[in-house]
Amino acid sequence: MKTVLLLTIVTLLGGCSSMGVEPWERDLLAKDSMQLVPDYFDNFYDEHIYFSKEASSGGRGVGGGGCGCN
Amino acid sequence: MQLKKIKGRVSLATCSLLQIAAPLAQAEGSDWDIDTAFLYYGESDGRVQAAEPAIYAGRNLGDDDRIDLRLVVDVLTGATPNGAHASTVPQTFTTPSGSGSYTTPAGETPLDETFHDTRVAAGADWTISLDRLSKLILGINVSSEYDYISAGISSTYSRDFNNRNTTLTAGIAFNSDTINPVGGVPIEFAPMVKQDLTLNRSGSSETKTISDFIIGVTQIVNRKTIIQLNYTFGMTDGYQNDPYKIVTVVDSEGLPVTGSESSFFDTPVTGNLPYVYESRPDTRQRNALFFNSAHHLTEDVIHFSYRYFWDDWGITSHTLDLRYRYQLASSYLMPHVRYYSQDAADFYTHNLKLGTDVDATTGVVSKQDASNDYRLAKSVTTTLGLKYGIPLSNNSEISMRGEFIQQAISNDGVPAGEETPDLDAVVLQVNYSLVW
Repeated sequence: MKTVLLLTIVTLLGGCSSMGVEPWERDLLAKDSMQLVPDYFDNFYDEHIYFSKEASSGGRGVGGGGCGCN
Repeated sequence: MQLKKIKGRVSLATCSLLQIAAPLAQAEGSDWDIDTAFLYYGESDGRVQAAEPAIYAGRNLGDDDRIDLRLVVDVLTGATPNGAHASTVPQTFTTPSGSGSYTTPAGETPLDETFHDTRVAAGADWTISLDRLSKLILGINVSSEYDYISAGISSTYSRDFNNRNTTLTAGIAFNSDTINPVGGVPIEFAPMVKQDLTLNRSGSSETKTISDFIIGVTQIVNRKTIIQLNYTFGMTDGYQNDPYKIVTVVDSEGLPVTGSESSFFDTPVTGNLPYVYESRPDTRQRNALFFNSAHHLTEDVIHFSYRYFWDDWGITSHTLDLRYRYQLASSYLMPHVRYYSQDAADFYTHNLKLGTDVDATTGVVSKQDASNDYRLAKSVTTTLGLKYGIPLSNNSEISMRGEFIQQAISNDGVPAGEETPDLDAVVLQVNYSLVW
């Protein structure tokens, strides 16, 4: 798993230099609908619900707060 | 300006309970962005019901600095499984306070109906623009509920490269949590006792610390596609039991132990019920590899994410999430599908066997750890949802969504009549955002 992770990151970073757009090509990327977190509260509530009902967490980021979550 | 905001938002994604990227509608200049939301969450069969209003406010401070604030109230009622499994005989339990009892009929999963709580959580993020290409976000979070207090700080650094098409992110967070269980902290593997007897408790509170780290890269692929890959590592040290969860001790017939098989569990004499408090390891290391993407079609947008999670409790999981934003004239529809699959924790157990796992005379449990918390079981969660959003004016929008969640717990190897039932839940949510 760790090897796969490392290879994925290296490949992605290596490929990054050939990707991208010019500043005048960011019209669609600038739209609210194109944000990687489509909605603040949808994401907030989903993280809370699934943290309470499942054994997994993390991935999106760090920080935030804890709960007893029965 | 707009581009910088985008980079800022995509670079951090964020959160587990946790902090999230700022809401979408961000104000120009020094206006406040105000987002409010209300969530209703309801489980079937009289289990947990939650009402959760929330408010977010954020504003630019100049020089690309920014402050984001949030406040959430969480009101919970209903019943939650106590950890014992269904049996062919009625089962009687003592409430966490020790002053009451409840009996679960034969064939039903035991639920503790004394569960209720109100949680208040507040957080703030301060975004500091370090230079044209890099920034720092400092965060603070506190939450308080009846039996639980949590406080945390976080710091995330991000920097743009490659003509601002690539953003690298690194972050760290610390949390300190304190739990004050009703009736005190149960002694691990000690038996639940009959109502009004001296409880098997050690002290009134326990603590744990949580450290989380993230590294991530966000990449603009082309004019229509942006992707993100994060790796997060977390360590939890301290008390991680659910103090309200017990494990059934069964005889060779699979029934809760009685005095005829064990002098220790001879309830009329010793007061000990055939259930012991669960025990989990006091350390845990969590890993998550998270891929996220947004792709623009002609008018519509596809959001797809995948997470692979693994930890040293033996749990691995896969999470797939797909949202399709279907653009209407001025409004939009967004169907949502989520699929989650996890393996059981190494110490997850249906019950403890008298003679094998538990000494009949002394009640000593030979296992290191054991829990029958369904959240540590092998399971599959499926979510189907639909959202509708419509702008009300140039600076406000309202949206609503409904979701159905079904969680199927694996009952492989579980005798008939003792199965853990599926969990069905519904989510209803309304959001209103405003630039003020």
